[in-house]
Amino acid sequence: MARKPAPATETAATGAPSNVSRDELLQYYRDMLLIRRFEEKAGQLYGMGLIGGFCHLYIGQEAVVVGLEAATKEGDKRITSYRDHGHMLACGMSARGVMAELTGREGGYSKGKGGSMHMFSREKHFYGGHGIVAAQVPLGAGLAFADKYLGNDNVTFAYFGDGAANQGQVYETYNMAVLWDLPVIFVIENNQYAMGTSMKRSTRSTTLFGRGEAFGIPGEQVDGMDVLAVKAAGEKAVAHCRAGKGPYILEVMTYRYRGHSMSDPAKYRTREEVQKMRDERDAIEHVRELLLQGRHASEDDLKAIDKDIKDIVNDSAEFAKESPEPALEELWTDIYAEDLPQGSAEEHA
Amino acid sequence: MATEILMPALSPTMEEGTLAKWLKQEGDAVKAGDIIAEIETDKATMEFEAVDEGILGKILIAEGSQGVKVNTPIAVLVEEGESADDVADRAGADSKPAQVQAPSTAEGPDQGGQPGKSAVETVKTPEPNRSPDWPEGTKMKTMTVREALREAMAEEMERDETVFLMGEEVGEYQGAYKISQGLLDRFGPRRVVDTPISEIGFAGIGTGAALAGLRPIVEFMTFNFAMQAMDHIINSAAKTLYMSGGQMGCPIVFRGPNGAAARVAAQHSQDYAAWYASVPGLKVVMPYSAADAKGLMKQAIRDPNPVIFLENEILYGRSFEVPDLPDFTIPFGKARIARTGKDVTIISFGIGMAHSLEAADKLAQDGIEAEVIDLRTLRPIDYGTIIESVKKTNRVVTVEEGFPVGSIGNHLSAYIMENAFDYLDAPVINCTGKDVPMPYAANLEKHALITASEVVEAVKKVTYR
Repeated sequence: MARKPAPATETAATGAPSNVSRDELLQYYRDMLLIRRFEEKAGQLYGMGLIGGFCHLYIGQEAVVVGLEAATKEGDKRITSYRDHGHMLACGMSARGVMAELTGREGGYSKGKGGSMHMFSREKHFYGGHGIVAAQVPLGAGLAFADKYLGNDNVTFAYFGDGAANQGQVYETYNMAVLWDLPVIFVIENNQYAMGTSMKRSTRSTTLFGRGEAFGIPGEQVDGMDVLAVKAAGEKAVAHCRAGKGPYILEVMTYRYRGHSMSDPAKYRTREEVQKMRDERDAIEHVRELLLQGRHASEDDLKAIDKDIKDIVNDSAEFAKESPEPALEELWTDIYAEDLPQGSAEEHA
Repeated sequence: MATEILMPALSPTMEEGTLAKWLKQEGDAVKAGDIIAEIETDKATMEFEAVDEGILGKILIAEGSQGVKVNTPIAVLVEEGESADDVADRAGADSKPAQVQAPSTAEGPDQGGQPGKSAVETVKTPEPNRSPDWPEGTKMKTMTVREALREAMAEEMERDETVFLMGEEVGEYQGAYKISQGLLDRFGPRRVVDTPISEIGFAGIGTGAALAGLRPIVEFMTFNFAMQAMDHIINSAAKTLYMSGGQMGCPIVFRGPNGAAARVAAQHSQDYAAWYASVPGLKVVMPYSAADAKGLMKQAIRDPNPVIFLENEILYGRSFEVPDLPDFTIPFGKARIARTGKDVTIISFGIGMAHSLEAADKLAQDGIEAEVIDLRTLRPIDYGTIIESVKKTNRVVTVEEGFPVGSIGNHLSAYIMENAFDYLDAPVINCTGKDVPMPYAANLEKHALITASEVVEAVKKVTYR
């Protein structure tokens, strides 16, 4: 899947900001739709018992990763929590490989040994997939430390939620990241609920990006249901990091439509609250409207995209069902590396 | 085309549930995301959303039905103008779900191939590697453990640009225990990085840097403080290679003094050897001599895996002979026979070796010849050397400073019992620290720690003297 939408060549007639091209909008529509349909399918396979354990869906938050990925270049790194399927698809990892990992099969990104919460890709610079809330924050700063140490201009996107923002290690990391001018963008995906605990019930300091001020890290709040706003904020943050000015915080206001995990009955919020977000603020619907109103695409064009996406997702599900379970010998492999890992000393020398 | 809607699994453990309520009726139009039913699991009542759009053609399971197995068809979704009857009939004739087959999870070792190592299978103990650590006739020099560690790090930093040291007071302060003295001047602040007092933070940053291809040496001022960083050591560093199916190696060394120093009380005096040695994915080193400290540190820095390097404050200032070689490493999993003997095998590591060697001297005066084995690494462990020695002496005492429950000695006793039971002439005795938090009072502290006289006593017990 192409990652880089073409730069603005034609301007939208109505609705969309004038610096957004048709191709760009179509790309965002596709990318977000892929995540949504993929997650719906994952939920379905979970219901069928083909996916086990924990499964945290990204439905509703699609504009966050799609917008930020649009601000990246080759070599940039990303790392996130256990709600990670969207991040993987958005950085170009294959739907097949992700879905087959969800079903615990040999064809999955971790050969079936990681599952929903633990997938990685050296090729796409995706560093997981971490199950302990906020652990990915210092790890992400460490990835940025490596890039700075090696003297390149890559940046790292360290994604975490509003729940993780209350872990102490986040602030140890803020302190060191700014002390050492690390090129890391802390992306707080604020979906307003830490599992079942709303922001109001967990902190009096509800402006999360503002917590960076204490350390001297600039940041801002972004409308996470508007992919164009997310992309614009991402570009600003990236420019700051690449210029060697140290870390940046983006608090992206978003919303998850589904429960925390598959077994969450979501009694901590009303059905009406969720429905209102879906009806009024849905990120995919927003881009769909921009495309139609701006006459960039017809209903038929969009239907064709819908079908393409459906085919990709169905193909991934078929692959994930048919891929064999890992060989029993796999139990004993990958505990220790025998040789230098990829991307290590030799390569940089 | 008509599709069956199946009873969903709505939690990791759900096998059946109650169809509490239908929120859509036969003939109702349904679109993706609509809630069509409420289902009670063992834990909660869940809303069940439609995945596809269509018309609810037929309800197969009435509301209020209990014990509905996961994957049972509960309704049929049809397209406009289509009848549900043929699909419903088919479902009635064959109530099994059409195409879904969840993978089996309870395969035994006999099915589907050989897993390699079952609980009851005895793994053959490998032949020990008894080659000398350095060539005979090598020129030796005297140095302290502190100097040996410093020299090892400096040599590896010279050798590999991606190696760097980070930790509290490693740079300008010259090291809380002076291990890194002079390294800042030599390598600069890019490669000798002073951190704030943020153990979980810098352990995580070090681990992230290792995942990205650098080779960090993370110094903990003492391993007592590493408990704050335990999550990154275990969950982030040790497990990521496995969780990534072999993609993400983590070449990092976590090092610092471990165990009791003197009079620093309970929170600063714990030996963590057995904790770390229990974790697959880590390698664990605990040297006694300066030569081992140097050779093993160089090996640790080159190892592509996370290595826990447990030093000892009391040993830092002790001097030993170290081979004067330009590039000297000691492989992991190769024990050192520090003293040969025929009457009893004493197995130890780290500072335990000091007590063991002292005990062996005393025992020799009583005519008991003890063989003293220094394990040097606790993961991997050199089982071959242990078993070979047990077969010769038939008696074993293990010596360590850590707590008694779940100790390295406990593990070795079990291993020896399983693999050399017929060679044992006496039960194995584990000499350990006492089962108490470390006290401050000088007399109590002395009693809490393992001593040479306790080792002597244990040896006399197993040799029936």
